[in-house]
Parts: sequence; structure tokens; C-alpha cells
Amino acid sequence: MHPAFSVIFFTVTSGAGLGLFALLYLVDVFKLGGGVSPDQVLSIGILSLIMVAAGLMSSVFHLANPVNAWRAFSRYRTSWLSREGVFAMAFYPFAMLYIGFTAWDASYFDTSRKLAGAVGLLLAWITIFSTGMIYGCLKTIRQWNTPLVPLNYLLLGHMSGAMILLAMTAGSEGMNNALRGIVLMLLVVAAAMKGVYYYWIGYPRAMGSTINTATGFTRAKVKILDQGHTHGTFLTQEFGYQVSRQLTWLLKAVVFAAAFVLPILLLAGVLGGASAGGAVALVLFGLVVERWLFFAEARHVINLFHGAQRC
Amino acid sequence: MRLGLVIDLDVCVGCHACAVSCKQWNASGTTGALTDYDPYGAEPSGVWFNRIRHFEVGTYPESKTINFPMSCMHCEDADCVTVCPTGASYKRAEDGIVLVDQRKCMGCNYCSWACPYGARELDRESGTMKKCTLCVDRIYDQEIPVEERQPACVLTCPAHARMFGDFDDQQSAVSRAVRERGGYQLLPELGYNPTNHYLPVRKHKPIETEGLGKPGFKERLKGLANRVVKI
Ligand code: SF4
Ligand code: SF4
Repeated sequence: MHPAFSVIFFTVTSGAGLGLFALLYLVDVFKLGGGVSPDQVLSIGILSLIMVAAGLMSSVFHLANPVNAWRAFSRYRTSWLSREGVFAMAFYPFAMLYIGFTAWDASYFDTSRKLAGAVGLLLAWITIFSTGMIYGCLKTIRQWNTPLVPLNYLLLGHMSGAMILLAMTAGSEGMNNALRGIVLMLLVVAAAMKGVYYYWIGYPRAMGSTINTATGFTRAKVKILDQGHTHGTFLTQEFGYQVSRQLTWLLKAVVFAAAFVLPILLLAGVLGGASAGGAVALVLFGLVVERWLFFAEARHVINLFHGAQRC
Repeated sequence: MRLGLVIDLDVCVGCHACAVSCKQWNASGTTGALTDYDPYGAEPSGVWFNRIRHFEVGTYPESKTINFPMSCMHCEDADCVTVCPTGASYKRAEDGIVLVDQRKCMGCNYCSWACPYGARELDRESGTMKKCTLCVDRIYDQEIPVEERQPACVLTCPAHARMFGDFDDQQSAVSRAVRERGGYQLLPELGYNPTNHYLPVRKHKPIETEGLGKPGFKERLKGLANRVVKI
């Protein structure tokens, strides 16, 4: 698949924003490491909302006919893309209520505050899951059609969100210790799951589609003689993108180094003066590379009709 | 009704006439125009509803060239419709034709990702998704003679490799052809249940080329004439 920058930015940013909100709420209600102050909820909460909004805005740039973008909320009964938009929009009022009640500091409304936050948390989770399912539900792309895809989106969103939360609350000692453990755990689990994903897509499935099932000639070797077009088509531009195997190995090494290993070492203090800000930058950079690969490695079955033996 | 096409791979000669007449008809059809980019330049490209590919099946000398026309299969379980967030893509209940409402499409490309057969192409000019309409603006036209109420590709095919009809009707020509010739669907494992079917190559007796015995008088005369011409 052609890796479009607007979609890469969208999924990384809104995933991290939703993960940040989820972690913020959990730290707040369970008073982890002493909890966060209302001021912190206000500033960090607003940052998470801005990140989600920026992601959604950039996804609109991906459209060829944005005047009809508002219609995308209409088919939530069947389409994960529509659901993603609907849940993201539903997330906003509850998240804003929670942040507003907290900043106002009205203990009288504490139950409503927590309830609003809980609904926001649930919607944040469902939204990230929906983002993953946009890709996970496509039967045409073997590399995406696996439950590991929404799982990866959930883990990476929470991991990057937790990292940002850690950086934003770096001032408080107790908070720092409690969060550090959570971030480390998320980093390890997310790295393991990404490893499982890369292993899983590395081998074509036995029952997968081939040029033989595509043409129906299943008892002989089939090869392309002529694709039938003079120059590229929409199909070759959108689905023809290919990366060399060497480059994918190199980029996977970059993903693991930048998004997982270096941040773990930084947080564990192995590399000296731990700066959470540096770790955040590393993680986000690693995730952009990860997302680029996610698209670049995906092989749509239309390539079988252009001569690929299997996808 | 379940309207669709049958394509006879034994007969298709790969002339691309169906694609050309499709473009001609649909350029001014319900979802026209089909924009061309750089049509007379070095890198011509553009929107087509029908594309023909060419494959070699088997290895030489037991090999055969197969010409392979493909357009929208008007699938029964069309994920392109399910995934469309705007409702622009829809499948008609009355005849199973899958269409894109050009006024609703936001050009997100998502349906083209969901289509295994490469039937959907984005028009950069209008910013909307376009695809085969099964000539919906022609097959129901009461103004033209009955025998012309067929998709442009079917009418134009010089080899009669294309058939159009109702797959729900067991006695229709398309149903019978699929039944009798072992018609099949492409990528059945993906579960889209495409309406369009393909007829495999018939089993022919190979034409003898060797050991045909001593040449008769006619062949000897021909050989002599050939030699004279060469001098
Ligand atoms: S061939 Fe593609 S565009 Fe046509 S109905 Fe099937 S999935 Fe949809
Ligand atoms: S490109 Fe148009 S028809 Fe296709 S999924 Fe998007 S809105 Fe629907």
C-alpha cells in the first residue's frame, strides 16, 4: 500500500492522544503515585484533546472530496471508518465534562466527574480499537487481516500516551516512580506484540490467495504476460507500492531501537540522566516509522492480477 | 434479479474492444466523465471500468495465453459497500447492481481497499470513486431496441466472449453457460461471492503437426511454388 503521510500522522497522533487521556484518567481515579493535581488534569487533558483533533483533521486531508466528509458519520452500523469518527466525536463531550469538573474543583460533583471520565475512557478505548479495525477488517490485505492489528493499535496508543504523561508530570517524585513502572511494562508488552505481528506477517498463510486462485487456473503455473496498461493506473499507484526486504529489516531495527529499546534504557537510567522528553521524541519517531512500514508492507490481492505469485 | 456477466476465457482474443466501448459509453453515462490524465503524453493514465490482462498458463510447450477482462463483479457480499462510511456505495436490491452515488462520495479510497478485483478507481478530477455500472443507464432504456439493452462491452465483443443476464433465473443463458461449462468465480476464498463468472478453456484435441505422412500432390505443388517464389 502507498504510505500516505496524512494517515500516518493521523493514526500516531490520535492514538497517542487517546492513550494519554486513558492513562490520565486512570492515574487520577486510582490516585497512582499520589494522583495528579486539577491543574495537571486541565493542561494534560487539553493536550490530549488537541492531539486527537489534530489527528482527525489530518485524516480529512487524505480525502479527495472533503466537502462530503460530514457524511462519514452516517454508516456506523457497518463501517469501521464511520464508527471511528462517531466514537471520536462521542468521546469529546465526556472528556470535556471530566476535565471541566476537575478544573472547577467542585467536590460536590465528584461522582459525575468520575462517571464522565469513565465514559470518556471507554470511548477512548473503543475509538482506538475502531482505528485498528479500519485496517483489520479488510480481507483483501493479509498483513492487516489479523486481530494483532487492533491489539497493536491499542498497545502503541497507550504506550506513547503513557510516555507523554510521564514527561508532563516529571516534576513530582511519587508520580514519577509509579508511572515509570507502568510505562516500562507497556513498552515491553507493546514491543513483544509488535514482534509477534512481524513474525506473523513474515510467512504467507497456507490457505492464502495466490495468482492461481485469482485467475482460477489452479493446476498449472500462471504468470503475467502483459498488465494491459501503458503507464501506471490508480491501482498501481495505490496498491503497487513495494519496499525491498533489506529496507524493511533495517526499518524494523529502527522501530525497535527508537520506539522500544532506547526508551526502556533511558527510563531504566542505564543511559545516565534520564530525560522523559527525549524518550517521548524517540517513541513518536519510532511510531511514525512503524506506521510507515505498516502501510508499505501491506500487499493487496490486486497485485496478483498484476503478476505477483502470492500476497 | 441478480444481473451480471459471464466471460468466456476460451473465446476472448484480448482485443480490448470491450474496454474501449465501455469508456466510450460511460464517459457520458451516469458516472461520467472518466477522466484521462496526460492522454497524449509520455505517461498516459486515466479512469477505466474494465481492464484486460494477459496471462500465460502452464509452461512451454504445454502453455496457453489467457486474455483476462475484469470489471466490477457486482458481488453478493460486497465489502466495498459495507466499509463505505458515507453510504455513497450501495447495492441495489432489485437487480444486485453495485453503484457509487457521486453526490455522496468523499473520495476516501476505503472501498477500493476492500475490493479484491481492482474494480474501483478514484477520479482525481471529480474527487469521487468510479466503477462499472453494468450500463444501468442503457439496459433499462425503453427507447432503444430490446437487443441493444445490454452493457456496451457485451454488445461490442467481436468474439462473443461476454454474456449478460440474470443469474437468479436458472434457465437464463448465463446460468446455463455456468452450469454446462463449469463457470467459476475469482478468489472464492475471500468470500465476496462475485456475480460475474468465468468460463474455463475447453478441452481441445491438439492439432497434429508432426508425422503426418508423405506429402500428397497438392503439397508437392505448393512446395515447388514456394521455391520458385524464393528465387
Ligand atoms: S468487484 Fe469490487 S467493487 Fe465490484 S461489488 Fe465486488 S467488491 Fe465491490
Ligand atoms: S471513496 Fe466514496 S464510495 Fe468509496 S468508501 Fe469512500 S466515500 Fe464510500
